Amino acid sequence: MSTNEAIHGYRDRHVFKVRAISALIVVLLLTLALVARLFYLQVISHQRFTTMSQNNRVTISPVPPTRGLIYDRNGVILAENIPAYRLELVPERVDNLDATLRELRKLIEIDDKSIERLHRELRRKRSFDSVPLRMGLSDEEVAIFAVNRYRFPGVEIRAGLRRHYPLGKLTAHVVGYVGRISESDLGVIDAVNYRGSTHIGKTGVELSHEKSLHGAVGYQQTETDVLGRRLRILSQTPPRPGQDLQLSIDTRLQQVATEAFGEENGALVAMDPENGEILALVSLPSYDPNLFVTGIDSDTYGMLRDSTDQPLFNRAIKGQYPPGSTIKPFIGLAGLELGKIGKDDMVICRGIYFPEFRSKRPYRDWKRSGHGYTDLEKSIVESCDIYYYELAYRLGIDRISSFLARFGFGSRTGIDLPGEASGLLPSREWKQQKRGQPWYPGETLITGIGQGYTLATPLQLAVATATLATGGRHLQPTLIHAIGTADNEHLKPNEPTVLNQMSIIDPANWNTITQAMTQVIHGPHGTARRIASKRYRIAGKTGTSQVFGLKKDEKYDASKLAKRLRDHALFIAFAPAEQPRIAVALIVENGGSGGAVASPIAGKVIEAFMERVRDD
Amino acid sequence: MTELEPGRNAGPVPFASADASRGRLLQRLHIDLPLLVGLLLLSGIGLVVLYSAGEQSPALVARQAIRLAIGFAVAFLVAQIPPHGLRHWTPWLYGLGLLLLVAVLISGEIGKGAQRWLNLGLFRFQPSELMKIAVPLMAAHYVSRFHLPPGPRVIAIATLLIASPALLIIKQPDLGTALLIASSGCFVLLLAGISKRFIFSVIALQATAAPLVWYFVMHDYQRQRVITFLNPESDPLGAGYHIIQSKIAIGSGGWFGKGWLNGTQAYLDFLPESSTDFIFAVLGEEFGLFGILALLTCYLFIVWRGMQIAIQAQDCFSRLMAGSLTLTFFIYFFVNIGMVSGLLPVVGLPLPLISYGGSSMVTMMAAFGILMSVHTHRKLVST
Repeated sequence: MSTNEAIHGYRDRHVFKVRAISALIVVLLLTLALVARLFYLQVISHQRFTTMSQNNRVTISPVPPTRGLIYDRNGVILAENIPAYRLELVPERVDNLDATLRELRKLIEIDDKSIERLHRELRRKRSFDSVPLRMGLSDEEVAIFAVNRYRFPGVEIRAGLRRHYPLGKLTAHVVGYVGRISESDLGVIDAVNYRGSTHIGKTGVELSHEKSLHGAVGYQQTETDVLGRRLRILSQTPPRPGQDLQLSIDTRLQQVATEAFGEENGALVAMDPENGEILALVSLPSYDPNLFVTGIDSDTYGMLRDSTDQPLFNRAIKGQYPPGSTIKPFIGLAGLELGKIGKDDMVICRGIYFPEFRSKRPYRDWKRSGHGYTDLEKSIVESCDIYYYELAYRLGIDRISSFLARFGFGSRTGIDLPGEASGLLPSREWKQQKRGQPWYPGETLITGIGQGYTLATPLQLAVATATLATGGRHLQPTLIHAIGTADNEHLKPNEPTVLNQMSIIDPANWNTITQAMTQVIHGPHGTARRIASKRYRIAGKTGTSQVFGLKKDEKYDASKLAKRLRDHALFIAFAPAEQPRIAVALIVENGGSGGAVASPIAGKVIEAFMERVRDD
Repeated sequence: MTELEPGRNAGPVPFASADASRGRLLQRLHIDLPLLVGLLLLSGIGLVVLYSAGEQSPALVARQAIRLAIGFAVAFLVAQIPPHGLRHWTPWLYGLGLLLLVAVLISGEIGKGAQRWLNLGLFRFQPSELMKIAVPLMAAHYVSRFHLPPGPRVIAIATLLIASPALLIIKQPDLGTALLIASSGCFVLLLAGISKRFIFSVIALQATAAPLVWYFVMHDYQRQRVITFLNPESDPLGAGYHIIQSKIAIGSGGWFGKGWLNGTQAYLDFLPESSTDFIFAVLGEEFGLFGILALLTCYLFIVWRGMQIAIQAQDCFSRLMAGSLTLTFFIYFFVNIGMVSGLLPVVGLPLPLISYGGSSMVTMMAAFGILMSVHTHRKLVST
């Protein structure tokens, strides 16, 4: 027993000893590796490091890349980098600080806050570091100072770049703006690449194309003297500047659309149905993006944020509205394609509809007296509701939602703007999941006239209209016309992204719908007759969506209602009807009737566009 | 033992007896003289370098000296506990440490943020420091219950004992300490004679898992951070700045250095953290390669003495414990010097006994106390 223990004890000791000695050998080898490394640093590279330490005082500083410029499709500049001048002061070179500041303030406006900040920074920094005194000098102030410069040794003007949006409000909801890099930005960016950068895209194209616009950081090694003053640049890795972007936006259309809205709030999206490029994207009211670049003061920001008109809210992509009667051409097409109704089938409209499933509550037409015998074309031209109650009933909610989904309703379009809303396409499953209730047949009827749960953004409506115009070619909208410089040298043109090509059962069905939509503008009874042009034909559909529900038998009287409670006016259109080049969707918030208020805005945009096409 | 030559015994009797009595006295006080000399030497070097690195502030040096004195006192106290006493208390120590780690994690959850401290009213206590000792002790305790080399079951359970506190510390999050603790546990297994096949298969497994994680699990920006971590010079203003500056400082030192207080890099603020993690660069600049070799000799001497104590220890537990603590000490200075000289990625580990501050100094001195205890409590029986 004890000999056994002794044998084990001996073996344990032996095992350990072998391992301990191997460990010591490894320790020795690793230490030798350290010594070799230090020999390399201290003996072989000694000369190099000595030079570096003597000159060195070499400091490395980042050189931020220049941010890419943003143009519209015609080369009009939308975002640029303008020189910004700031006044700086090097304490050790100023003899009498108080006297200098006193004299300086006679020439250039410097508020007390800046003086306070200057004194704070003076305590923190070394005497040869320059301290900023005032930012954003005007050209005039720069000139005044330049003349008097000799009187102020140690005070200098430094130039930098600042982002500027020359068109301001006009393109704010498209281009967005840059702002100071915040704590939350730091969590998601590659911090190395943003050394030296002070600003980052916060919204709009500035955010969604941040990666292309920003570029890559460069470095500069500067020699400083023993006390740390900069003497000269030793070497540098230049930064890679950000790429320029050419947007698909046509500033002139943007301008025409904005002016056409007048004082109204709303949104408009115009799109090229051939390639998905957005020609105009307007959301009103808008705001001045330049306020955000230099840091907006809290009062102004509070005003913008709390305004009931919500100028910061991009209605074109985030605003979700019931599509109203603009949904009718799509429902009509569904009826034809799925064989639930014939082109010439008649529905008798007496202004009131009693559904088969429950006759207690009648469904009314907007026109009390009714439209009489109504076929598909008449139903679109005069926007008969009864026809679509009947058609929706025949189709059923399942067919309606799967058909509408192919036009992009209910899902994000995938446009390159942040924060897009998905709208809402109701279905049996959706209602069970979100509300925990079964689908009621009455809800199918009001879905047929674009009321009820259905919600769409103006952008979704424009995409759906474009899809209708091109025979079911569903494109992903984009704001990029080309990436690269505007001089066409390194231009990388945008390629259209086809999300889905619908399988068409009968092209005649699509022509029927287009024909009916053309009659909305060009027919004698059309709801948008006023925008008809002789030179080209427009296909369109008006719509009105209720902001609040009317009680049974209550009559809508716009003049009596507060503006905020009035109906939204909608309009969708494409032109020329035969070979569409532009698709437009717009909403005028609380505008009232789609025909009277919304369609003229689209008319002006289409006219401006067609004139341009003719000029080209 | 070989017989001593008669001539050696003929020395002056009073001297020899003084020598012997001193040996007995140190034995009674449980102090190991070579270890003590090595540690004192290092501390001395540390204070000299710190005076220069800390902008010649006597107050800074005085504070460090007080810390060192406390450290030596702790080492002395720990050395009084015999190894079997340590062995008895090991599971309790380990269990307590584990509990405290969980407590820290929970209070950290509540406090929303990184949490390594436990506030005990009078002073703040860092449970991960306790674990630096408790984990190698626990691993040694468990492994030494069986015959060496350990079998697969023993390895599995030991791995569990090592990994649980390490994972809790990673959660704090304190990757550096977690790796240190995990490696101290692994040293126990390696010294216990774990089979070479096993070691190689673990390495092979890691080598295959790494690229999979890289390509399929990590995000772009996470990869970028790993690249910066492994190659700090790609980020010349962040982690790379430290390394570039410390390389300039060390490299410009040459064979003999610029002389004490004559370094320029630390003075001009080019070298960040010059009195803490990057103090080695100050030593390299002012004392050159010779100064560094002197320092490394001191370190190696301590490692050698520690391993000698481990080999001579009388029971398996003491051996494994002493060996692991010694090798962990080596890892400390190897990683720090490797980092400062640009050989290894930047992890925040101090240079043991030289860097300013450090709650870890007391822990380290406690470890040396254990080594002394192992050596001075041996029963000197003739074999």
